[in-house]
Amino acid sequence: MRAAAAGVSMERRREAGVGPKRWLELWPVYRQLTGGDPLGRGHAAQSPRSAGLTARTEGADHVAKSICPYCAVGCGQRVYVADDRVLQIEGDPDSPISRGRLCPKGSASTQLVNGPQRARKVLYREPYGTEWQELDLDTAMDMVVDRVLDARDKGWQDVDEHGARVRRTLGLASLGGATLDNEENYLIKKLFTALGALQIENQARI
Amino acid sequence: MTEHSLYGPLDDVAGEAGYDDHPPRMGFFTDTSVCIGCKACEVACKEWNGVPADDFDLLGMSFDNTGHLGANAWRHVAFVEQRAQDLGMPSFDRPGDGSGPESRTDFRWLMSSDVCKHCTHAGCLDVCPTGALFRTEFGTVVVQQDICNGCGYCVSGCPYGVIERREGDGRAQKCTLCYDRLRAGEEPACAKACPTDSIQFGEVDELRDRAAARVAALHERGEVGARLYGADPDDGVGGTGAFFLLMDEPEVYGLPPDPVVPTRDLPAMWKRAGLAAVAFAAAAAVAFAGGR
Amino acid sequence: MGSNMAEAHPVGFQWVMEAKERGAPVFHIDPRFTRTSAHADLHVPLRAGTDIAFLGGVVNHILSNELDFREYVVAYTNASFLLREDYRDTEDLDGLFSGYDPETGAYDPASWQYESVEEKHAGRDADSAAKEQSSSYQHGSGGPRVEGGSDRIAADPTLRHPRCVYQVLKRHFSRYTPEMVARVCGVSEEVFRAVCDAWTANSGREHTAALVYSVGWTQHTTGSQCIRAGAIVQLLLGNIGRPGGGVFALRGHASIQGSTDIPTLFNLLPGYLPMPTPEHTDLSSYVDSIRADHQKGFWRAADTYAVSLLKEFWGDRATADNDYCFDYLPRITGDHGTYRTVMDMVDGKVFGYFLLGQNPAVGSAHGRLQRLGMANLDWLVVRDLTMIESATFWRDSPEVETGEIAPERCRTEVFFFPAASHVEKEGTFTQTQRMLQWREKAVEPRDDQRSELWFFYHLGRRLRERLAGSTDERDRPLLDLWWDYAVVDDEPQAADVLRRVNGVDLTADRAVGGYTELKADGTTAAGCWIYSGVYADEVNQAARRKPGREQNLYATEWGWAWPMNRRVLYNRASADPEGRPWSERKALVWWDAEHGRWVGHDVPDFERDKPPDYVPEEGSVGVEALRGDDPFIMQADGKGWLFAPSGLQDGPLPTHYEPHESPVRNPLYGQQGNPTRKVYGRPDNPSNPAPPEPHGEVFPFVLTTSRLTEHHTAGGMSRTLPHLAELQPELFVEVSPRLARERGLEHLGWAHLVTSRAVVEARVVVTDRIPPLRVEDRVVHQVWLPYHWGTTGLVRGDSANDLFGVVVDPNVFIQETKVATCDVRPGRRPRGPALLDFLAGYRRRAGITADTGTHVLTAGPGAEGPAHTEEES
Repeated sequence: MRAAAAGVSMERRREAGVGPKRWLELWPVYRQLTGGDPLGRGHAAQSPRSAGLTARTEGADHVAKSICPYCAVGCGQRVYVADDRVLQIEGDPDSPISRGRLCPKGSASTQLVNGPQRARKVLYREPYGTEWQELDLDTAMDMVVDRVLDARDKGWQDVDEHGARVRRTLGLASLGGATLDNEENYLIKKLFTALGALQIENQARI
Repeated sequence: MTEHSLYGPLDDVAGEAGYDDHPPRMGFFTDTSVCIGCKACEVACKEWNGVPADDFDLLGMSFDNTGHLGANAWRHVAFVEQRAQDLGMPSFDRPGDGSGPESRTDFRWLMSSDVCKHCTHAGCLDVCPTGALFRTEFGTVVVQQDICNGCGYCVSGCPYGVIERREGDGRAQKCTLCYDRLRAGEEPACAKACPTDSIQFGEVDELRDRAAARVAALHERGEVGARLYGADPDDGVGGTGAFFLLMDEPEVYGLPPDPVVPTRDLPAMWKRAGLAAVAFAAAAAVAFAGGR
Repeated sequence: MGSNMAEAHPVGFQWVMEAKERGAPVFHIDPRFTRTSAHADLHVPLRAGTDIAFLGGVVNHILSNELDFREYVVAYTNASFLLREDYRDTEDLDGLFSGYDPETGAYDPASWQYESVEEKHAGRDADSAAKEQSSSYQHGSGGPRVEGGSDRIAADPTLRHPRCVYQVLKRHFSRYTPEMVARVCGVSEEVFRAVCDAWTANSGREHTAALVYSVGWTQHTTGSQCIRAGAIVQLLLGNIGRPGGGVFALRGHASIQGSTDIPTLFNLLPGYLPMPTPEHTDLSSYVDSIRADHQKGFWRAADTYAVSLLKEFWGDRATADNDYCFDYLPRITGDHGTYRTVMDMVDGKVFGYFLLGQNPAVGSAHGRLQRLGMANLDWLVVRDLTMIESATFWRDSPEVETGEIAPERCRTEVFFFPAASHVEKEGTFTQTQRMLQWREKAVEPRDDQRSELWFFYHLGRRLRERLAGSTDERDRPLLDLWWDYAVVDDEPQAADVLRRVNGVDLTADRAVGGYTELKADGTTAAGCWIYSGVYADEVNQAARRKPGREQNLYATEWGWAWPMNRRVLYNRASADPEGRPWSERKALVWWDAEHGRWVGHDVPDFERDKPPDYVPEEGSVGVEALRGDDPFIMQADGKGWLFAPSGLQDGPLPTHYEPHESPVRNPLYGQQGNPTRKVYGRPDNPSNPAPPEPHGEVFPFVLTTSRLTEHHTAGGMSRTLPHLAELQPELFVEVSPRLARERGLEHLGWAHLVTSRAVVEARVVVTDRIPPLRVEDRVVHQVWLPYHWGTTGLVRGDSANDLFGVVVDPNVFIQETKVATCDVRPGRRPRGPALLDFLAGYRRRAGITADTGTHVLTAGPGAEGPAHTEEES
């Protein structure tokens, strides 16, 4: 469908011009008495804001094609973006899987990415600590490097209890969610395997 | 103004409201026979319209924790668990026998997404003194937040109990049928999200035809309880722009069986109430000024 | 069955609704009446954990009445193959198969082989004698090896030979009568017959029926066999490889399929290649363990997949001379699964732990064990969108309330890294139909938010920089790693990773077009052979977005599905042996004799130009050995397996065993539970007693859990969002009106549920949707609760997963969280240290020790097998 009326009402507003009369015309009761809407419940009552209203997605400078991050149906999403902010996420009607539809979780995706629950800073809790502290990302990465190597070495086995060569570490484990990308899982598996770590697990086991 | 400006069938609601050149009347047909109760409509509506979350209360009304339509719930999915005795089915004596062949027919779980009806004769709109509520070019009924002063007259004007003032600014809130999206040529957020197309958006005339065909198909299938609610232009609100296919009596879903717009008797009273009308306008002017 | 599709996969359910509108009857077989049942033609409530008994009854119904799709069964399944004379069935051994060793609790599967397969060949698969061995799962999805699969297998196409698979199957399920189904499942005979009639009437040439399952099947000690049982029914009815047929595994997470394809799983390498064990002393012994010398199908080319993977890992450093760095791969020696690892954390054997978008404090079984494990680490890294329970266990877990964990005494160092969301990074998810869909990046992440790709790429980079110059042999695999993915503005490029996963012809630096182009000579590198083709022609095929409405139903130009963009697996079976569709209405792919190729609506899952009457030359192996009417091209014999001669730890045929915790004695056999289930008998992992053990009455009710539409698993992506949290704001437990009366439970009042592990409180919802069932002339009450709650987020509550212990399926090590036993009492639970006393009291009354539930062998007169407990450490 087209929104023909939007253009019409915009035009009428422009015709109204400026000046004191315009203010009067915008007053609903005035219009009610003089216009073609004698009960003043329709066109005459339309406020300037209403007359100029349109979907905020119209203001998007970019629409990214995405996929819902919740369940495994894989519904198509369109992500409307303006000024590097997500304006709105809704279903992608092109998707042969979802045909533009989303469930309540998929429909909450805008809140999921924009909401105040999103953590933005690295936090650190020291041993026996009672509170979180902020930590610089770069420092935190280096600290993790130290600890990975330490745990790897503490759990290292060249051979198992039967003397068979295993060249592995049991000091290090990982459990991944199934909302990670394939490319991410690939690097995770590859890096941990090169570290000799085996206990690399996933929600798929659960 | 015509004979049916305030009551009875009205073919051209937008034309009656002063739109000479307007799109067809748009509305919802909510076919509850395919509703899966997922509540995507509730969330999609809130996300698009910036409607805040309400209380975090477990209501114990089956899976319904929204309760009713209101300022913070413009869509509301009702869940109705119907037991054997409610359906007039024979009950069974020994516990555990329910796993027998009667187990499907002895229980039914109805789900239905309710919404503002966008009445042909909208009580809320008719009593609004400020012009905050207005009829759009699509024939829908919308509260203009830049006008509403929170007087609350509309709340008692709605025969369905849909519209409500929001705590805080006190302004009246309800479904706008996504007026902003309609003006951009988009369908309302709830209808777009609905996984099973239980919520269908379109031209009201076409939706009414579709709904009638759907009822007939369900009857043919033996679903004799299927009926339309709000699709009759001769009902107490002149038919609604958002109407429903229900599988049982409206009361079962918490809907009024025979809603009537409070302004039904207004035309008859009109002459006698001439002075009152002037006062009404004056009150509106004061309210409008006060609201600015 | 075992799926609540309308609630867990609502948008996928639109297709079920559409099928229903077009006349397809829908049956929902599930303990609870759910939003799925509300739209089914028939809801069949059954006792949780009895799915195999039900499906076995369906098989018995089909075979007793000869309702199988005979032409399909004879041509495409192994129904006619003869088994060895020494095979013994559960019918002979009171619920066990031949080859069981009570000491290890494991089978030697040698006697399950086809008759014509030589002893020496079969013996090579008998490496599962050790209980710890995970050999079957190592063989991955592609079909376990069958030495001799490409030879002529002794068969009786009339299906009359007493040792042919068809007759063995018939005998195996002969006692699964409608009466028995009623006794075991609590499903009346009439209802059971209605399901059988509808299923068989809607199968055959003109019709197909689809079977849908979810974790309602997998989270059992018999999980793999549940799926096998479903597959047997569908094979018998000719519903595999055909439009509208199939066994659908509806997976629960955006890329959980991808997480197994490119596994972060201990026993797999990408593409379902196994992780090596110490027995694999070199590449060739490893490859030989995956494939047999004489077998059919595409697994015969496992050497090309394995070498290409090693080349992608170690690039130029991987050469023929050094066995392509095969020695760099760490070796597994048994169970290194997530639950084993958590127990090792408790025992102080693990020092560091990464949690990547995962919240085991809420989402894994036995939450207490999870949290106590995390509290005994050197360090923990949590990467997530929001603050979750697994990052805050040290200060707000239930164990803090009981005094078992105190921040001042908890030594674990915790790093929390904020993660980028799905719109702040690009990459692919693989959804439940094996389809990869590329996501574009919409916005930049903020502040410290980063993708996993960023985190692991840079972690690897920093580790390599730290170790640069090291001469320690231990560091070689890391230093030699091919780690040069394209990076733009600090962010590694997912498209480059995907291209290398797809595979590259190293001689031409060109993306390969499919896995048949992979080589075992080191000239190709490919990270995941089954994904080969996703970057064919140097185009990101997963990013294709031709609108569905402009395509046919298979929409093959939207995204990309493995293998080779085929949407229906084994779709050669949609045509008859001569290559003609079984019927016009069910046409999918067919042989175009004029052009000499397979054509159709989908991409044919078969060699394009192999005619239906093709007969391989004597002695052919691998792909060449596949006949023109062998649709199951990944199987070692080209056939669909009614009987699984190898690949499963717990028997070649599904058998009804009671859940680990059950209120009833198995009505079918002396063997109570799965005799090979993996129990972890230790004091911190107690089991509720089950028959024949005494005191089961202390936990008289059946407990089951699942999801709600309004929440997502452990809740990190839903309990934190107001618009979802308000829709299901509180943990509740569903009970029947009768149970409510018996236990004094009031609607919206409080109740607490008790197991030997935990006590959890929840609001009571009294509903007819969870009916009591009549089982063996007694009433069995089931209770259900969702498991999404924890101690953080907008809405909080106890975690239902705390109630479960750890006992797992022997094939895949997935825990039994869909059924346990429990007690239910009115009111709120005890708090603080009193809670521990309360639980100890229950354990005392039920006589629970570390032994309880670990005597897995119960078959035979008066038999009680050895306990399978761990020595206390």
